[in-house]
Amino acid sequence: MGSLTEPPPPVRRIVLDAEPRVVEPSAGGNGNGNGSGHLRHVPRRRDPATAVRERMQVEGLTISYGAKVAVDSVSLPVRQGEVLALIGPSGCGKTTLLRSLNRLTELTPTASRSGRISLDGEDVDGLEVTQLRRRVSMVFQQPNPFPMSIADNVAYGLREGGGRRRSKSDLRPAVVDALQRAGLYDEVSDDLDHPALRLSGGQQQRLCIARALAVGPEVLLLDEPCSALDPRSTETIEKLIVKLREEVAVVIVTHNLQQAFRVADNVAFMYLGELVEYGPADQVFGSPRAKRTRDYIAGSFG
Amino acid sequence: MTALRAPAPVPPVRHGAVESTASWSRLDRIGLALCWAAGLALCAICAAILLFMLFKGMQFLRPALLLSHPLPDLDQSRTGGFLDPLIGTVVLTVLGIAFALPIGVATAVWLTEYGRPSWLARAVESGIEIVAGTPSIVLAIFGLIIFQEHVFGFLSFTAQGGSVFGRSFLTAGAMMALLAMPLVVGATREALNAIPAHVREASYALGASKARTIRRVLLPGARGGIATGATLGMGRIAGDTAIVVILLGASLQMQHGDGPPGYRILSGTGSTLTTYVYNNSPAGEGNAPDKAYAAAFVLLVIVILLNFAVGAIGGSERRVAWGR
Repeated sequence: MGSLTEPPPPVRRIVLDAEPRVVEPSAGGNGNGNGSGHLRHVPRRRDPATAVRERMQVEGLTISYGAKVAVDSVSLPVRQGEVLALIGPSGCGKTTLLRSLNRLTELTPTASRSGRISLDGEDVDGLEVTQLRRRVSMVFQQPNPFPMSIADNVAYGLREGGGRRRSKSDLRPAVVDALQRAGLYDEVSDDLDHPALRLSGGQQQRLCIARALAVGPEVLLLDEPCSALDPRSTETIEKLIVKLREEVAVVIVTHNLQQAFRVADNVAFMYLGELVEYGPADQVFGSPRAKRTRDYIAGSFG
Repeated sequence: MTALRAPAPVPPVRHGAVESTASWSRLDRIGLALCWAAGLALCAICAAILLFMLFKGMQFLRPALLLSHPLPDLDQSRTGGFLDPLIGTVVLTVLGIAFALPIGVATAVWLTEYGRPSWLARAVESGIEIVAGTPSIVLAIFGLIIFQEHVFGFLSFTAQGGSVFGRSFLTAGAMMALLAMPLVVGATREALNAIPAHVREASYALGASKARTIRRVLLPGARGGIATGATLGMGRIAGDTAIVVILLGASLQMQHGDGPPGYRILSGTGSTLTTYVYNNSPAGEGNAPDKAYAAAFVLLVIVILLNFAVGAIGGSERRVAWGR
């Protein structure tokens, strides 16, 4: 390695040692990120006060699988213009909560739900489920492109629903637009007709994001979207998430606390199905109110 | 990193060192020896059959045999070749798999994607197992009884008295489909089960219905498995004799049945390479071993090519995979 005075090589902009420590509220000026040194390295969040619009409202949501309660009377807002991160130890119900937002939990025969989830004021139970899922689309933990070409993957959701089958050339502009928004177009512009399963993992995941964006959702759900990816792809996708929140409400489930801190405006910490703490990321990571949050963030459990 | 300095003279390291059997019990050593013997014996038998057939095939196969019709004659030099049985094998195989493929794929889709009520799914599964375990001669006789009913007269040839012949490519193909279907169902189910649940959910999460998910995502994803099942099924059909003997008639030549032109071939009778071998071999009903050998060789080549096709499809399919 070089001498100590040299700056570290610019391999990643994400600072690995930016461990969110429990900082007592007395640190002062915490919200603007100048109180603690590690905040300066983070791509600073936009002030979440501008143009925030409430999209979904979760009220008293309880979901159980048989006798086991996975989510216990959780209430949360989901807002456009913000990224909401759900964190918590494995099995705390965060993925179940996420999947209930587009009623994917209904695919599990044993799951039962009570409480109200509304999308723009409408109860999601009152919506046609295919319509709901086009408005609240989802990206999964494992990249899962469909066994077809890149362009067909993106067009998949667009061809759904509409009465007549739309031709390839009709859909091309929408496909290109979605790929551009997902930051993938430049890499695949010559290969739109190649099989999507030949892409690298990070590209596949961005394709899945493009596919989810193509249907024009109001809410984008991300279930640990980077856990199967390398750091470089993770960085690309995190930047993308921060950018996307202006167009869609983003909800992300993550096990990676640093990632939650980097991308989220609001953080919800769940433990054993309960929502323990919900608030702005700086507050939840900087001065958590609940002891369980503090312990989890400090790494003493989970 | 190669040869930065000369390696010290150390005793060679055995990579993947084989465990010595010296410490094994006598019974274990006998068991190991039997495993080796079984594998080697299988290879030897396989090689023996192939070499024998290759030798005989080379000796007796002439292009003229492939291109001429079989003729009835006491003089073996004037009994022609096996063009008709060759066409018959192709027609019957294509017909059988054309029946078996949609039914088999549909069954596999129902079992993996629906499968409810579960007692019905279990019944379907045992049904498939029973069909797979039924000797083809039983299927053949069962088929003959059914297809001699008047409602199925259009499938074959109806005699002047009104009795239905019940033997044709269509009726034989229908029973051949039963032979191939368990293979199609098995391979398709395996391929569908290999598609992780989150791929289905990703489709639902884009607002796609279950039907569309099956049509656009799952069936293309299971393409390799379906092709493998179809190819195995075709091999099975091409090699079966009992159904041909009973349901395709006894004549070596193709004879047309009733119906519009084109359909007459399907409703007509004929033979396949398997029955040609049987009818020519001294071990069967004939006395023309050279022609039987030549036909058997051609059949063996067809089946081996089908098996290679399975390997090629399976190999290319395994590279495309999702994470779990």
